[in-house]
Amino acid sequence: MNEIALMFLHWSVLVSLVTVSISILLLLYRTIKGPTNPDRAIGLDAMGITLIALAALVAIQLNTTFFNEVILLIGILAFIGTVAIAKFIEKGVIIDHDRDKS
Amino acid sequence: MLHFLIIAPLLIAILAPFLYKKLKSVHTGWFVLVVPLFIFIYLLSLIRTVIHKPLLLQLNWMPSLGINYDLYVDGLSILFGLLISGIGTLVVFYSIYYLHKTEKLGHFYVYLLMFMSAMLGVVFSDNIFVFYMFWEFTSLSSFLLIGFWNHRHKSRYGAQKSMLITVFGGLSMLAGLIWMSLEVGSSSIRVLIQNSEIITNSPYFMPMLLLVLLGAFTKSAQFPFHTWLPDAMEAPTPVSAYLHSATMVKAGIYLVARLSLLFAGTDEFFLIVSGFGLLTLCWGSYMAVKQTDLKGILAYSTISQLGMIMAMLGFGTGIAVFAAIFHILNHATFKGSLFMVAGIVDHETGTRDIRRLGGLYTLMPITATLAIFGVFSMAGIPLPIMNGFLSKEMFFDAAVDLRLESGSIYQMVAPFFPIIAVIGSIFTFVYSMILFFKTFTGKLQLSKLERKPHDPPIGMLISPAVLVVLIVVIALFPGPFNKYLLTPAVTAVMGEVPHTKIYFWHGFYNAPLFMSLIVLFTGTLLYLTRDKWLHVYNRLPGRWSMNKTYDYVVNGIFKGSTVLTNSYMTGSLRSYFRIIVGFIAIIGLYTMYSSNGFALNINSTPFSLPEFLVALTMAVAAISIIFVHNRIAAILILGVVGYGLSLLFVFYSAPDLALTQLIVETVTVGLFLLCFYHLPELKRDKETSGNKLFNLVVSVGFGVLITLIGISSHSSKWFKPISDYFLENSYELGGGNNVVNVILVDMRGLDTMLEICVLGIAALGILAMIKYNRKGDLE
Repeated sequence: MNEIALMFLHWSVLVSLVTVSISILLLLYRTIKGPTNPDRAIGLDAMGITLIALAALVAIQLNTTFFNEVILLIGILAFIGTVAIAKFIEKGVIIDHDRDKS
Repeated sequence: MLHFLIIAPLLIAILAPFLYKKLKSVHTGWFVLVVPLFIFIYLLSLIRTVIHKPLLLQLNWMPSLGINYDLYVDGLSILFGLLISGIGTLVVFYSIYYLHKTEKLGHFYVYLLMFMSAMLGVVFSDNIFVFYMFWEFTSLSSFLLIGFWNHRHKSRYGAQKSMLITVFGGLSMLAGLIWMSLEVGSSSIRVLIQNSEIITNSPYFMPMLLLVLLGAFTKSAQFPFHTWLPDAMEAPTPVSAYLHSATMVKAGIYLVARLSLLFAGTDEFFLIVSGFGLLTLCWGSYMAVKQTDLKGILAYSTISQLGMIMAMLGFGTGIAVFAAIFHILNHATFKGSLFMVAGIVDHETGTRDIRRLGGLYTLMPITATLAIFGVFSMAGIPLPIMNGFLSKEMFFDAAVDLRLESGSIYQMVAPFFPIIAVIGSIFTFVYSMILFFKTFTGKLQLSKLERKPHDPPIGMLISPAVLVVLIVVIALFPGPFNKYLLTPAVTAVMGEVPHTKIYFWHGFYNAPLFMSLIVLFTGTLLYLTRDKWLHVYNRLPGRWSMNKTYDYVVNGIFKGSTVLTNSYMTGSLRSYFRIIVGFIAIIGLYTMYSSNGFALNINSTPFSLPEFLVALTMAVAAISIIFVHNRIAAILILGVVGYGLSLLFVFYSAPDLALTQLIVETVTVGLFLLCFYHLPELKRDKETSGNKLFNLVVSVGFGVLITLIGISSHSSKWFKPISDYFLENSYELGGGNNVVNVILVDMRGLDTMLEICVLGIAALGILAMIKYNRKGDLE
């Protein structure tokens, strides 16, 4: 019974890995092709989420807890990166100087 | 004592500027005069010792390198030493009256003393390195003296020219001397000569000979390197008299004479030295006829006389070497006096152009009398009071009397030598006559002169007068000179005592007398009909002169190097990068190919499908960046590559690297976005298809190289990795389970510290660049 569960886990992790990897490839298509920069930003953001998934799957596969920090970090960074890109696309600057001047 | 005396002028030279500054009322030359006079007297006292046995004075300088300040005193060096110090005394005396006190006398005497010291060093040194050192000192001080009036363009041009040519020769001579010393294993000239068989039998004999002779020929103004000497006439006349007639230009002669025991007897030496000597003799005397400047005539005359001495040294027979040494002495006397006379004429009339001079005989009788001795001695007029005739006739004798062994190379060329010698001497006769008669006889053209000429002050006449007296004394009583000066010198050159006596009269039926008569008559005829030949003289050599060649070569080097430099220093970073990466690719691939360094070991860990897909994603992203025309798109796609890399770190279980890579990638993307605000639209440079192809080849080549190196280094594990040590000892020694961190801060903490420094410097640099504007103020 236990062996069957392990086998199931192994195969499901492998299938998920491949599926997520293919989704990365498809996201790459969107990032390269565009056609607009917001499209690319969304592509990169979604790729960050898939990275979280991949890191978690690899952690299960390797049976380790060391990648948990990586997962959390990707979450934060993907958010910060997307915000920065969004702000840049909208205003052309990331850090405003207006307040310092007033 | 001699060790000190040779550098004594240098030491006194230190004082000269102070004397010039502090004692303005007395001409500095008076203080300087003591030095050469003292050396001259000391050398005279040495003659008696040296005549029996040459002296070797040793002084260690750099014994570990075999560079020692060793002096070798024999007849040849004593003769040259006496010439240098003796004429040096006279020239200093002459310069006291020639140069006005308003000139930069401090400079002048420093240079002159430096030269004197260098020249004495050249003739007495036994060590090749010390010899070379003094040799280059003469080039340097000659450069300074020629450019003494450095506000004139022609002085600077002449100084540069002489510097380039003589230093070129000096360097090649050094190469030849070092080569010979390596063959023999000693840096002493004396030892080199003793082991001459090693050198003459060496397979590299020819290059060694050529290199050394190149030095001698450039220094002694032999064809085709004579071209610097006429331009060196821009120097003050005492300098011309001293350096460019009596001493420095004879340094090359000295070198050939000194080494003739080494080379003599070989056909190469004979052919090159006597061939170029005779060529120089004819060319110099022909060119001298064309000149209109007194010093120009004298310069080319010096060239031709040096060629004659060189040719005789090349003949290598007893009589020829004797004649060469004799002529060295004679030439120094009459040429020195002639230069001084030319200087007087220049000083008194304000011009040296023979077309404006004439009829000075009545106004300057003493000068003219001095000139007549010098000129007739130079021309070789058969009078018993002219020493030039004695050596000139010995020259003819030597040209006729070559060793005539059947089948040797001597026999083939011997019949031509007397003819060439006579031709050279005819022109010598012609220009000598021009020199005298165009200056001192004919119509006086007072309107063309700046002031009414008259005989100079007595002080100016003393030096040339002493030399003229010497001309006559040597001619009338050659015996003592032969015994004390010439015979020891010839012994030093030949290695055996000569049996030559100097006679004025050889009897009727001998070839030299007839040759002298031919010269006399043809020369007179050519001189009298000179006006008819003028157009011939003016047409030849035309554009083929060595001056033009020199200018062409020097300008060509400047232009060529400019073109060459501009061809690759384009100022475009892109092309520099192409060159750098292209060379790495070519050299790397060639090394890999030639050393058969590629290795492939496929028994590595297999990879899974997800790894492959991530790698594919990265590759596709990387390639697509090249074709993107939008900056933000490019940076976002670059982010894909960075995140993919961190994912690879995850796959290969490196959590710390993955963390760092993620943060750095995000920050980098952020920074890029920050910069974009200030950047213009991304525009592709319009490049030609050839350039594009070249870029492609270079980048693909470099990529292939790095890939091959990566594969090879991964496939060939030659040594056991040391990582096991870290894994085992991380906890015991470092007290941590995270091996990566223990390595970073504990086992190899120094690297980390310096990386922190790098980050700090980068931060400060960014701060400085942003906060400070160009003027260096805080914004």
